[in-house]
Amino acid sequence: MTDTAETIRQQAAARTIRLEVARYRPEQDGEPVFQSYDVPLMDDWAVLDGLNYVKDRLDGTLSFRWSCRMGICGSCGMNVNGEPRLTCGTFFTEYGDGPIRIEPLKGFPVIRDLVVDIDDFLVKLQHVQPWLIREGEELPLTAEYAQTPEQLEAYKQYSMCINCLLCYSACPVYVLDPDFLGPAAIALAQRYNLDSRDQGDRFDLLNLDEAVWGCTFVGECTRACPKHVDPAEAIQRYKLTAAIRSILPWSRR
Amino acid sequence: MTTYHAKRDHLWFLRNRTYTVFVARELTSVFVAWTIVYLMLVIDAGGPPSFAGEPWMIAINVVAFAATAFHAITFLNLAPKATVVRLDGWRVPAFMIQGGNHSAWLVVSGIVAFLVLKGV
Ligand code: SF4
Ligand code: FES
Repeated sequence: MTDTAETIRQQAAARTIRLEVARYRPEQDGEPVFQSYDVPLMDDWAVLDGLNYVKDRLDGTLSFRWSCRMGICGSCGMNVNGEPRLTCGTFFTEYGDGPIRIEPLKGFPVIRDLVVDIDDFLVKLQHVQPWLIREGEELPLTAEYAQTPEQLEAYKQYSMCINCLLCYSACPVYVLDPDFLGPAAIALAQRYNLDSRDQGDRFDLLNLDEAVWGCTFVGECTRACPKHVDPAEAIQRYKLTAAIRSILPWSRR
Repeated sequence: MTTYHAKRDHLWFLRNRTYTVFVARELTSVFVAWTIVYLMLVIDAGGPPSFAGEPWMIAINVVAFAATAFHAITFLNLAPKATVVRLDGWRVPAFMIQGGNHSAWLVVSGIVAFLVLKGV
């Protein structure tokens, strides 16, 4: 590193920002408590960099999930100043001088500190059969199924989901009633419903009070989604499909 | 494994703007229902009912009109989410679907107003 770069770094590090982090250590805390840490206020740092600084330099006992640091793995979702965000894509610059309040994703049981239990979602995800269903073909599938760009376009948006669960945390229906199938699971069901290669039928899984009809269309899932999946759209579209199919039983999709 | 379950938040709808607008949209349904009841009274009486000119009635109907308009506009603006129209691979943009809905709404309102006011 050159001397100038080092000087800039030192000067920058002199400025700090306060992170108020929710701590929950089941062996000692009955409920979450906040703990404050001052970390260097770097323009190019994301909230996740701040948490890693805490973990590496200030307090090794802090627990949180992360992996890719580039908005792909979907594991770093947390509540940042009250909003569900990917902490690797949420930068200090958004918050001025701070403080920044970091809590676990709302709507899920907390295992420790910022780590939440997502088993409920994993069960729901599997429930909607998020894979290509083919009729009358032996496994493993070996044939090639070509698609036109238009056929790809029909479901591509829904395939961008990274299972980060920000949409569940943003959804007041899910937070009040955990039986609701929820935004991402329905969007992923639509990802396969709209795929020209899929021959499955998810009508009985989706046309339920706890599935698409549980949605009251608040629309906050779509705002929270970092991948522009637009789960609210997926759900409203399926409501229309389900309504038409209920009236005209022989029509599909 | 002991996990922490947050307590139910009874004021969730005050936590952000989208939640509040959503709850307002839902609550205005009451006024939409009232507007329908009032319209049926008008049709039944073959003109405005006798109490229509009372100040409290006018107040209720002014509020009901505003609430119904808010409900209809926000509701129709959401329509493109449910109706994804593709013409030859081209997705019809949201503003066109909204525009179509609002135009249809105006036409229907015009017809209803014509039929009701004709009797006055
Ligand atoms: S739909 Fe969006 S917000 Fe929800 S899990 Fe998928 S990527 Fe995350
Ligand atoms: S660390 Fe992978 S999405 Fe943030």
